Amino acid sequence: MSDPLLSIRDLVTQFDTADGTVRAVDGVSYDVYPGETVGVVGESGSGKSVTVMSVLGLIPEPPGRIADGQVLLEGRDLLTLSDAEFRDVRGKDIAMIFQDPMTSLNPVLTVGSQIAEAIEVHRSHLSDDAIRKRVIELLELVGVPNADDRFDQYPHEYSGGMRQRAMIAMAIANEPKILIADEPTTALDVTIQAQVLNVLQTAQDETNAGTILITHDLGVIAEMADRVVVMYGGRVVETGTVDEIFHSPKHPYTLGLLSSLPRPDADLERLEPIPGQPPSLINLPSGCAFHPRCRMGNDRQRCRFETPERIDLDAGRSTACHYYEEMDAEIQRVQDATGAEISTEDEDA
Amino acid sequence: MTDPTPRHDTSTSDPEEPPPGGVLAESDEQVAAYSDGSEIAARSQWQLFRRKFFRHKLAMGSLVYLAIVVVAAINAETVAPYAYDDINVVMRGTAPTFEEMHFFGTDQLGRDYFSRVLFGARTSLSVAWIVAVVVGVIGTTVGAIAGFYRGWVDAALMRMTDLVIIFPALAVLLVFAALFGQGRPTRIGIILGLLLWPTLARIVRGVFLSLREKEFVQAARACGAGDLRIMFRHMIPNTIGPIVVNMTLVMAAAIIIEATLAFLGFGVNPPTPALGRLMDEGRSSMQTQWWLIVMPGMALVSIALAVNFIGDGLRDALDPTQQEK
Repeated sequence: MSDPLLSIRDLVTQFDTADGTVRAVDGVSYDVYPGETVGVVGESGSGKSVTVMSVLGLIPEPPGRIADGQVLLEGRDLLTLSDAEFRDVRGKDIAMIFQDPMTSLNPVLTVGSQIAEAIEVHRSHLSDDAIRKRVIELLELVGVPNADDRFDQYPHEYSGGMRQRAMIAMAIANEPKILIADEPTTALDVTIQAQVLNVLQTAQDETNAGTILITHDLGVIAEMADRVVVMYGGRVVETGTVDEIFHSPKHPYTLGLLSSLPRPDADLERLEPIPGQPPSLINLPSGCAFHPRCRMGNDRQRCRFETPERIDLDAGRSTACHYYEEMDAEIQRVQDATGAEISTEDEDA
Repeated sequence: MTDPTPRHDTSTSDPEEPPPGGVLAESDEQVAAYSDGSEIAARSQWQLFRRKFFRHKLAMGSLVYLAIVVVAAINAETVAPYAYDDINVVMRGTAPTFEEMHFFGTDQLGRDYFSRVLFGARTSLSVAWIVAVVVGVIGTTVGAIAGFYRGWVDAALMRMTDLVIIFPALAVLLVFAALFGQGRPTRIGIILGLLLWPTLARIVRGVFLSLREKEFVQAARACGAGDLRIMFRHMIPNTIGPIVVNMTLVMAAAIIIEATLAFLGFGVNPPTPALGRLMDEGRSSMQTQWWLIVMPGMALVSIALAVNFIGDGLRDALDPTQQEK
């Protein structure tokens, strides 16, 4: 493979709270290559959003602090940049699409002027007419009808799906190298979700940006992602291609996510949800953070006291489980228990 | 959407073009209306605001009244039947009458009282206007910086604000008047403004503290916008409502304080009439010549009330939580 566009290396992001220092992101590493989509999955509080906020330099300091690690964009460490240099990167090299299109547009400015602003900030030499033309092009690209009229409308005159399209237009306005989408469809109706994902795909094809897609929806991952990063308790627990993650997970947490999904295609006897609650980052379990909820660990000493390090299985394939070799048996057990088919290579052809 | 296997075949529809039904499938009547050519005009914030404000009868009445007073006061030289120091010896101490247009009567020297009240109102209004500008600029700037940067900047600015709040305004003004003598409306206005900005600063700070956590501010930041751009382009426009409402209330307060000062014998330079001084002068003879205190008093109260009512109307119209009935 070519060199990664974006490379996150051993990132540690901490927050100082009244109850002590919280490591929201604890040694996270992953790469994004040009034109690919990396799906990041995990429960709330697993650190997936904090990771990308750190990449964008948008962690509020204080209480937040990036304590360690590197964020390399084409080899340049973003974390060493000055504020002004970082501002230049944001929106131009790395752009972000936020979760809730209802609140990510300023209610008192027209949608067009907000997209125009994204261009203006980085290319102040362009004339107003040229910017307007470009914005209308962008709006058309993301499928906003009557873009010329819609330019001058306010966010409340847009529906949720249209607003998210506008947000995508804003994000790709400067043809970024990295596009970060933080749960871009979570706040939308199911019927709109697929459309917005299509638009996102279009936008990505147009710019050939490497995309980081954060979601807790495995369906979205299956549809959009090339590779998957699974996060739990501020750490990366498994990485792999979509096929690998869905058909031969090497971490019991990933398997837990898969087996807690209702699947219309499979004749399920029952779901097997992950027991317990997502961990509190303030009081993270010792050893493997997942061990209190793990069906495979059986309270083994090693799981309770020794934090599993990343084990590289293959290029781009890694896990952070002491007993990943037992996963085949575990998958078999889950299949027997639920009637789901996970590893039988059922490539829906 | 929850099926983890890649079976949603999205490749059949060209991603360049949303599927033909796609646009219509937006569950928004507006969008549907657009695609068949008939537009349903959405109401803008401004239209909603206007509707609500126009329905507020008291505020509308006050606005009309105040507009008339302001126009009359600005053009006092042409509107007033007499100059404020013209003396009509024949009609000294006349009660309000239409005779020779002494609508508010005349004082002991025979000066037309309506003209004097009108010029007095001009003084009050110009002081109020200057106060509003000074308060608006200082209060917004201090509050915005404190709320935006938080931390020690916030702490320092807010302690300074507390310090100004505890100044007894009247005492400070009296000291200033004693030190520098009576001044022109501009001076009084600026001094008053320097004393009255803390409330606005606190309000703006509060709004900024909540705004800075809003996603659209994050989004602007993620686009590479700098602090100043975010503050002036994204946050202050979202704060206009509270700022305007507070400024009207401050104007009403300034009118009253200026009148108090004038009543106590300070305030603007003597030949210029001020409502407070007219009341002070009328005080001694109010037993026999009631109009000398009632007329400027009525003018003062009505102007202050009108400004207050407009502030009320603005607040109601700008408050999205107040539902239309």
